[in-house]
Amino acid sequence: MKYARLIWVNLTRNKRRTILTALSVAAALFLFVALRSVNTTLDDARQVGSESRMMVRNAISVVFPLPEAYHSWISTVPGVRRVTWGNWFHGIYQDRRDFFPSFAVDVDGYFDIYPEMVVPEDQEQAFRRERTAALVGTGLMERFGWRLGQTISLTSLIYSPDQAWPFTIRAVYTPLPGWTDEAFYFHYDYLYEMSEWTQPGWYILELEDPSLAATIAATIDEHYENSRYATRTETERAYLAGIASMYGNVGLLINAVGIAVFFAILLVAANTMMMAARERASEVAVLKTLGFSDRLLFGLVLAEAAAITAIGGLLGVVGAKLLFEGTGFQGMGLLPGFEVKLRTATLGVSIAIVLGLISGLLPAWQAARLPVARTLRRVA
Amino acid sequence: MALLEIRSLSKVYQRDSQAIPVFEDIDLDIDTGEFLVLMGPSGSGKTTLLNLIAGLDEPTTGTITVGGEEVTAMSRRQLAAWRSDHVGFIFQLYNLLPVLTAYQNVELPLLLTHLSKKERREHVMTALEVVGLSDRADHFPRQLSGGQEQRVAIGRAIVSDPTLILADEPTGDLDAKSADEILTLMQRLNREFSKTILLVTHDQRAAERGEAIMHLDKGVLTR
Repeated sequence: MKYARLIWVNLTRNKRRTILTALSVAAALFLFVALRSVNTTLDDARQVGSESRMMVRNAISVVFPLPEAYHSWISTVPGVRRVTWGNWFHGIYQDRRDFFPSFAVDVDGYFDIYPEMVVPEDQEQAFRRERTAALVGTGLMERFGWRLGQTISLTSLIYSPDQAWPFTIRAVYTPLPGWTDEAFYFHYDYLYEMSEWTQPGWYILELEDPSLAATIAATIDEHYENSRYATRTETERAYLAGIASMYGNVGLLINAVGIAVFFAILLVAANTMMMAARERASEVAVLKTLGFSDRLLFGLVLAEAAAITAIGGLLGVVGAKLLFEGTGFQGMGLLPGFEVKLRTATLGVSIAIVLGLISGLLPAWQAARLPVARTLRRVA
Repeated sequence: MALLEIRSLSKVYQRDSQAIPVFEDIDLDIDTGEFLVLMGPSGSGKTTLLNLIAGLDEPTTGTITVGGEEVTAMSRRQLAAWRSDHVGFIFQLYNLLPVLTAYQNVELPLLLTHLSKKERREHVMTALEVVGLSDRADHFPRQLSGGQEQRVAIGRAIVSDPTLILADEPTGDLDAKSADEILTLMQRLNREFSKTILLVTHDQRAAERGEAIMHLDKGVLTR
């Protein structure tokens, strides 16, 4: 690429302008990629739950509990193989801003129907044996620098908020793809012992046959329809999709931001290139006297425009990636972690390059058609 | 047969509805290896004639032929390729690219060739040696004197071994000593390397370095 140096020195001849332009593009791309990543994560969330598991929750909202007694009746519904339950604990470790999902679960049944968490056998046994034991995801272990066997203390925003809850980390799970690596699980019995809370937050059913889901949901919901605790039963996938939809019409927002971003990049890059081309008219004329063709000069100006926006695009993508990785932004542990996927990053940088090329069209055309004799006369 | 043949060449500029003739029906022959000086007052059309020969401007009528190729019949694309192969241009204000070093400025015409990086380096260093600046290869134009800048520009003009060197007032922006060095260098290019040179100048001392002098005044070219 023998012309790369020429492109590079032109890019760096007015460093401040190039940096400001690249940063403008970076800011626009950061916004676009960050929002699009939220969208793609929510899309993925709609696919992540299992079709062979169902959630039974309070019909009013998931924040309201269900009676413990429901367990025995739901277990008898034809097509239900196993039933377990869990509670949202909302645990805090040291700093309230360091959020992570934490659950009190029915240890005997919960992990049998969640193969997405891989736990070494000896650790699983240790976790099951000890009432204050905790099972923690690899990501959370890394985030807080915890180690196996360590005793930590959490507080809960829901249960006895002024009380410290000591836990000993007895097991670490490695998630299968799509499952969060930042969740914290402990014994429901421990929750009961410490707070005398006796109502599960939701039930989870394992089905014998996923095709029975609609019938089972209807059976359970009709059975409790007129009770004080009416239920809403749906597949886990539908449940997670419902959570995802709580974020609103992100797609519409993405499109609106996307259009704004496109115009921002286009105008910023076009302005820069027009200024650069105008300043360098005499140099373009000199290059033409040396034998640089119209087509070559057209390509060089386009390449320069694309390079600026590509650099800006890359910075924006890296910024968005760092945002998600740095903040551990996620959907309460019920959704997969938010991340900038390769396809989003590629799309963002591609858009930046294409818009850079478009923004360079006019100055490139002007450079190609520059009247040499008249321009040189102006310089002289 | 002359290297450069100009026949019935006219140039008329159009400003709004007004036609401004620069010269009409000019004929000129320059032989291979000739060092011809073109003099004339400001506005007489010397630079215009140089631009026409280099294919940087279009004549109103007439033909220009260089080495048997009719320049005036070429497309813009053909002209660019032809200039790259056959013309070395030297400007009054040097016109070096300020962001490139002396080496990189001289290398520019070679980027248009199929030469490898190593071959380009050999050619560039040879050109810089000819102009006496091989020790300034890594200097930027702002780090050079006017005379040195013009020598770099000459190195750029000769690096691709062109058929014809066109120089437009190459000493017009230099002090007497530097101007003398540049003219000596151009004489050397003509005598030692048999380069065909057409030099445009106001300066009588510069004109005396050429083998022949022509005058362009009021649209008429005379020896």
